[in-house]
Amino acid sequence: MNTLARADFQVIASWVEPGERVLDLGCGDGTLLKLLIEKRGARGYGIEIDDHNVLAAVSQGINVIQSDLEAGLSGFEDASFDHVVLSQTLQAMRHTEEIVFEMLRVGREAVVSFPNFGYWKHRLDILDGHMPVSERLPYQWYNTPNVHLCTIADFDDFCAQRDIDVVERRVFDEGRLITEEHNFLGSLAVYRITRR
Amino acid sequence: MAIDAKRVVVAGVGDVEAQRAHFDSPLRLRSGAVIPAYDLVFETYGSLNATKSNAILVCHALSGNHHVAGHYAGVEKSQGWWDNIVGSGRPLDTDRFFVVGVNNLGGCHGSTGPSSPNPASGKPWGADFPVVTVDDWIRAQASLADRLGIDSWAAVIGGSLGGMQALQWAVDLPNRIRHALVIAAAPKLTAQNIAFNDVARQAIITDPDFHGGHFYEHGVRPLRGLRLARMLGHITYLSDDQMAEKFGRVLRNEGYSYDYEIEFEIESYLRAQGDRFAGVFDANTYLLMTKALDYFDPAHHCQGDLALALAPAKAKFLVVSFTTDWRFAPSRSREIVYALLKNKQEVSYAEINSIFGHDSFLKEDPQYHALMRAYLQRVVL
Repeated sequence: MNTLARADFQVIASWVEPGERVLDLGCGDGTLLKLLIEKRGARGYGIEIDDHNVLAAVSQGINVIQSDLEAGLSGFEDASFDHVVLSQTLQAMRHTEEIVFEMLRVGREAVVSFPNFGYWKHRLDILDGHMPVSERLPYQWYNTPNVHLCTIADFDDFCAQRDIDVVERRVFDEGRLITEEHNFLGSLAVYRITRR
Repeated sequence: MAIDAKRVVVAGVGDVEAQRAHFDSPLRLRSGAVIPAYDLVFETYGSLNATKSNAILVCHALSGNHHVAGHYAGVEKSQGWWDNIVGSGRPLDTDRFFVVGVNNLGGCHGSTGPSSPNPASGKPWGADFPVVTVDDWIRAQASLADRLGIDSWAAVIGGSLGGMQALQWAVDLPNRIRHALVIAAAPKLTAQNIAFNDVARQAIITDPDFHGGHFYEHGVRPLRGLRLARMLGHITYLSDDQMAEKFGRVLRNEGYSYDYEIEFEIESYLRAQGDRFAGVFDANTYLLMTKALDYFDPAHHCQGDLALALAPAKAKFLVVSFTTDWRFAPSRSREIVYALLKNKQEVSYAEINSIFGHDSFLKEDPQYHALMRAYLQRVVL
């Protein structure tokens, strides 16, 4: 993972105020949390299921809770975090709707980033008769962990139908901010959402 | 001896000797009883640094003692009970830390306990030795820390009942512990846990050789009861999967013999374990240790609110559980984790895949040991 350069990390960092409490779901090796703690003065915990990532996060000095996100966040108090982050993991979750609701229960605000399936290159792949394979979707159809891919338009509908407010949305392609035609030109979307 | 430079040299602590500390000031126990004076035996590994900031206390579980690591010179099979984790280059790295193991009050390995002489009578305390609780142990261990000049432990570490002591340390003496490593523990026992303990106690107490706990003066020991207690306990330390893998339904001889002699390998194994243990352990200490487990419940005085009970803690926590541990299952460790999170306290939690049930905390699992090593590297000396 090209970590510090990840566009969504920089956006998320800009949304976190010093001293705020962050819960990073699927925190990997703890790189985002380390960034938030060191650069933004945040207080953070990660949740991670993979043994190697748990070990890597602990080695980085990150507080990590080894747990399966698919089981939800039971045990975590309501509104106990300022931000609950799910970075490029939503599309690999089986219980998509449940985890979004759990994030909005435990956090004042949820931050979700995902690869945009509506990205023009993906559309071209489909027109060409193939499943999209790209920098953001580096898997083949038979080995992808991504079971719930969506477009930016899909996620907007998802939120609107569930009384979830989109506070802010940033869209990127190859690390560059996209300012128009998000659903066509953007390969990565980062959302800030709250309960209405 | 030639050392292959390409290999990481991970050395044990070698030959060790136990030390003894005598405490003259009376210890008032949770029960109200008073121990007028007491001894604690302990061992240390590594060197205490100049600022005395590198000390780690290892707390033992039900049947453990102060002999955590190393060997006794000239004594065969004298390896410490957690030798695999203590030493140069091991997770509890004696190049960096000063590791202390202590036999708890009420023990039977040299510290004052039921088999020690009662100053009032000159005879062994036996059943008159007061019931000791986990918080009593913490106060006795703190006296040892005072004696060693240790104001604050870099970490207090323990598995099972030892983990409960680490938790209690963080609550009772928050300024004297910087990290608590709570492994394969629980915030309190369930009815099922207590039930197992009581069957074990009944096995001992109903042994005709128990003599109301005063068996020493009869020149006998309640070996049958202690053996049964250990056999029962041992079952709860192993996982079903591990037993299936190790023993299955394997018979010692071919075919069934249609009698009540040892036939299945598991029977043979358990009886051997029971015999070995009954030969070296004190029945009154076993009773006392199980009772300390039963009473352990830091939330008891907080209307069951564990978060409230843990609120005074200032230590940072590492909580570890094992997937096949059904005695103190991962869900019990998560209770501790969630209470700490509710308090916005610092905690990391790992659930280690292991087939060894409750006993996993003593095994040399790569992920487990790497995690302990990685966590301890964040300890500031």
